Amino acid sequence: MRLKGSEIILECLIHEGVTVMFGYPGGAILPTYDAMSKYMDRLHHVLVRHEQGASHMADGYARATGNVGVCIATSGPGATNLITGLATAMMDSSPVVAITGQVAVPTIGTDAFQETDVTGATLPVTKHNYLVTDVEELAYTIKEAFYIARTGRPGPVLIDVPKDVQNAETEFDYDALEPVHLPGYRLLSGASEDQIDQMLDLIHEAERPVILAGHGITMSGANAELQDLAELAQIPVAQTLLGKGSMPQSHPLVVGWMGMHGDAASNNAIQEADLLIALGMRFDDRVTGNLKSYSPHSRKIHIDIDPSELNKNVVVDVPVAGDLKTVLRQVLPRLERRTHAEWLNRIRDWQEDSSERDILNHDTQGKLMAAQVINDLWRYTDGNAITVSDVGQHQMLEAQYYPHQRPSTMLTSGGLGTMGFGFPASIGAKFGKPDEEVWAIVGDGGFQMTLCELATARQENINVNIAIINNSFLGMVRQWQELFYERRYQSTPMFSPDFCKLAEAYGIPSMRVTSRDQIQESVDFARSVDGPVLIEYVVEKEDIVYPMVPSGADLHDMKRRPKPGELA
Amino acid sequence: MSDIQATPGKITVVALVENKPGVLNRVASLFRRRAFNVDSLTVGRTHRPYVSRMTIVVDSERADAHKIAANLSKLINVIDVQILTDTPHVSRDLALIKVRSDDAESRNELTEICERHPARIIDIGPEVAIVEMVGTEQAVAEFIEQVRPIGIVEMIRTGVVAMGRGTRIHDTEYEPVFKKNGVAEHMNVL
Ligand SMILES: Cc1ncc(C[n+]2csc(CCOP(=O)(O)OP(=O)(O)O)c2C)c(N)n1
Repeated sequence: MRLKGSEIILECLIHEGVTVMFGYPGGAILPTYDAMSKYMDRLHHVLVRHEQGASHMADGYARATGNVGVCIATSGPGATNLITGLATAMMDSSPVVAITGQVAVPTIGTDAFQETDVTGATLPVTKHNYLVTDVEELAYTIKEAFYIARTGRPGPVLIDVPKDVQNAETEFDYDALEPVHLPGYRLLSGASEDQIDQMLDLIHEAERPVILAGHGITMSGANAELQDLAELAQIPVAQTLLGKGSMPQSHPLVVGWMGMHGDAASNNAIQEADLLIALGMRFDDRVTGNLKSYSPHSRKIHIDIDPSELNKNVVVDVPVAGDLKTVLRQVLPRLERRTHAEWLNRIRDWQEDSSERDILNHDTQGKLMAAQVINDLWRYTDGNAITVSDVGQHQMLEAQYYPHQRPSTMLTSGGLGTMGFGFPASIGAKFGKPDEEVWAIVGDGGFQMTLCELATARQENINVNIAIINNSFLGMVRQWQELFYERRYQSTPMFSPDFCKLAEAYGIPSMRVTSRDQIQESVDFARSVDGPVLIEYVVEKEDIVYPMVPSGADLHDMKRRPKPGELA
Repeated sequence: MSDIQATPGKITVVALVENKPGVLNRVASLFRRRAFNVDSLTVGRTHRPYVSRMTIVVDSERADAHKIAANLSKLINVIDVQILTDTPHVSRDLALIKVRSDDAESRNELTEICERHPARIIDIGPEVAIVEMVGTEQAVAEFIEQVRPIGIVEMIRTGVVAMGRGTRIHDTEYEPVFKKNGVAEHMNVL
């Protein structure tokens, strides 16, 4: 079949299983947009309002489904607008393919109108990228790009396609394409016998083991294996932010979240453990605190698909580069039962203590607290929604007060901490999981970074529920100013528009909630609307997320919530 | 001359890379991004038309061999990586040094020094001479110090190229799917 480059792009997307793409047109990508009309029955294009939204939507789609998310933009400013979303996807290993238009090949390097060196600019924030200068190479390159995005440690891949390449014609036969052949790209599978022996020895000897469950569990589909490991050897499980939902949070062996705002019980367990089994996580500074005092008594096993993560931040005894599911399946048949009753009791004591100290259960004197909003959202959505949080206090509170039972239901920008991610990513997630209830949980600050996508949500009539946790501050920054900068609130008090009027302007139903007894009604209301809906929760302005390990402090040295009457 | 460890505090890395545009940029960008301090980086062709070879010498203060190899291997266009630091290998650096030669004394001195080293005068004029010196990084450095009092006018060192002794780097009969952009006649890694 003889096709133009633009048609080849769309044919290839369809062959890769793509059904929706998020993008914004412009001169250099116009041929591809022109070709879209031919494929509209199989390929839906979502017109965003800013290309950053397109890359976050593709990312949200990928996180919710595990499939590759696709975004499209024109050259120059269109492509540079994608970068924040690509960097976000890169940090959290999210499979995204970005297609960008480029100026025609003969004009590359002449500072032509809307020319940017996009492969150069995105080099550090993509797993790989391409500039396709010949239409003969286009189809194979797209195939390779999808393969790279979804295999190994997944990540974003960008393909820059000059306008003349989109216009050029060639013979296209997807099935006749060469198999992907990358001599330097070796996919890892299992561990060596030696490593399995070493792991089993350490696990069998341990008296105070802790599993650290990261994002890699779900990416590798090793959720059942994780649970088997924990149950067979009775090992408590601490989860990273993106590891939440890797095992049901109601499971008695799940201690909770680890790190800066994690559960004190998890952090204490890590510090006192004699064995850490780190699975698909990367010892980020937000989870380790001070590396010098991190888990000082433990031996350590670390399994990760990316060899460069091993011994990067924390030196371990048994580093294993491999696919988690495969490696755990090698370990499980030879794993002996253990009980660890004493250790589990000790952890339970810490848990009780932290539920007394850290959970917000004291009298709030009629004020609406963000934690209550999130906990009630959990209650009234039966703990079963996909939540997509933005970045800040509400994000940390979501992690604390909305326990998740299933993988890929708690989506958030973990590694990059990208404000503006939550709302567009929720749109992408809903496109990926149309039958699930999707809530964007966002702050008044972060929402204002990408709220232009309200128009996209309206135009697509996409059924996302937006919960704005409005504390009239850049809350998390204000928290740091309160705790570490003597309450000098420099540039954190925030004017916001009347969010409900704003929603009205977009034709989006809305509701303002100012007291706790309205929360159930707000959830019922959101559920009754078919299409986007915005709920503004006006909450206490100066609240602090506890517990907290100050940046760089020892992990066990947590700031705890003061008891009523105590000073912070 | 074989050197087990070329220079203390340095890590010598060899990378086989696909001979494609942009590969050198990817490698350089990686080293900058991970804050590995590059002492020298050389790229050249190999006997395989689609494979180029880099020798990179890195300061070991901020990096260890495992880190460098693991990060380099993550680049899609890097075919294989070998760390030579602790294995027997040979290495060579080449320097071109332009030295003052405007009197008999300086010319004699230069000739004498060159006789004691694997160095030769490859161009000589009434004002300056150009000397070529090939050897290990250390040997070249020592040679330069001996020549320096005569008066160095210009100088360039290529940086180290290295090869393991007895061992064999993992090699492939690699051929790209599209050959047009990586042909034997020209180097394309830039
Ligand atoms: C793009 C971006 N800019 C700046 C920051 C730094 N930052 C982290 S949290 C935060 C405040 C967020 O405020 P808001 O969205 O209102 O949420 P809250 O903390 O109040 O829940 C800021 C500014 C960031 N993470 N991302």
